[in-house]
Amino acid sequence: MAGMWKEFSKGLWAELPPFRLLLGLCPTLAVTTTAENGFGMGMAVVFVITLSSFIVSLIRKIIPKKVRIACYITVAASLVVAVELLMQAYAYPLYQQLGIFVPLIVVNCLILGRAEAFAGKNPVHLAVADGLGMGLGFTLSLTFLGAVRELFGTGSVFGMEIMGASFEPVKFMVAAPGAFVALGLILAGMNYLSIVQAKRRGEPAPENPSTGCHACRACAGRK
Amino acid sequence: MEYFLMFISAIFVNNIVLAQYLGQCPYLGCSKEKGVSLGMGGAVIFVMVIATPLTWLIQEFVLLPLDLGYLQTIMFILVIASLVQLVEMFLKKSIPPLYNALGIFLPLITTNCAVLGVAILVQRKEFDLGLSMFYAFASGLGFLLALVLLAAIRERLEVTHLPKSMQGVPAALVMAGIMSLSFMAFKGMIS
Repeated sequence: MAGMWKEFSKGLWAELPPFRLLLGLCPTLAVTTTAENGFGMGMAVVFVITLSSFIVSLIRKIIPKKVRIACYITVAASLVVAVELLMQAYAYPLYQQLGIFVPLIVVNCLILGRAEAFAGKNPVHLAVADGLGMGLGFTLSLTFLGAVRELFGTGSVFGMEIMGASFEPVKFMVAAPGAFVALGLILAGMNYLSIVQAKRRGEPAPENPSTGCHACRACAGRK
Repeated sequence: MEYFLMFISAIFVNNIVLAQYLGQCPYLGCSKEKGVSLGMGGAVIFVMVIATPLTWLIQEFVLLPLDLGYLQTIMFILVIASLVQLVEMFLKKSIPPLYNALGIFLPLITTNCAVLGVAILVQRKEFDLGLSMFYAFASGLGFLLALVLLAAIRERLEVTHLPKSMQGVPAALVMAGIMSLSFMAFKGMIS
């Protein structure tokens, strides 16, 4: 039980995606024009990543090592098709808002990355805890980023007026450049926090997390 | 004329990275050196130009006649994954110089959402085969342009004194934001 809690909770702060793991950046930037969109995207990812961790962990002993990435992609793609159909049936406006990024959950590095780094090597209950934690962390991050951008871009959060009538919305924040700048500043803030924390404990300052080909273990594993 | 406008629009106005947010992982991950970014950009153009017409044909002649439109996502990603594998093997055997230039980037491209993204985008925009292929080429060029520009900026950032917390990805993201802002200036050019 303690082990499950450990795997679950690391996704919520210590390895919070995408702010600390830097995986799944495309949807993070694209759908966070409002807090609601960010939350909806996050929920879709929670569904896919929890079930994909569950299935991958369940069949991890049957999958031949050489074709494991293809197997993980197939599992994720089947789940994404299910999400697409469910959203078309029950959340059509959100489905249209998220647009192309719903089918693109398949290639979200977070899902493949967790399958490769965790679910493919660990028993089912730990894999589900890990997937759920990572998914919820992803949802939290996206909702937070969406809220920040919506607050400055339109003056409201989740559609509720907050800033008052005299506030002049900064259109920049809900357009494409605002996404990059807001995410960059949040990442810098996270790095600053970990540097201050390390200093208080008397440890050397940690390296900033880096992204891409090296961090995404799913890709590196195929060599 | 239609082709020319789309070409300009796909590279500058609706740049796939800076305006449509696709392919962020390679954009931030492979933009530390100019040489690496050129290789990655070239490989992306190469795969996109092959994958987009192929998925277009599959959608037109397999999925639609059989009424299996909802399998689009799973079909496309499997086609792209196997295509990348095939291309890699083919290049290794028959064109070794090209393989040496692009080879190490090819496996990374399966999970590059720009490739799958363009394949799905041309379906949603209902382009015909020629236009799809052309759109894929132009989008790939746009990706290459954004990637090489960012790599050039980051090579210079390496030697500046940034606060510790801004070094690396945060600075690259802010740079990307400023680049995206300047690309937005093209917006008035083509509606």
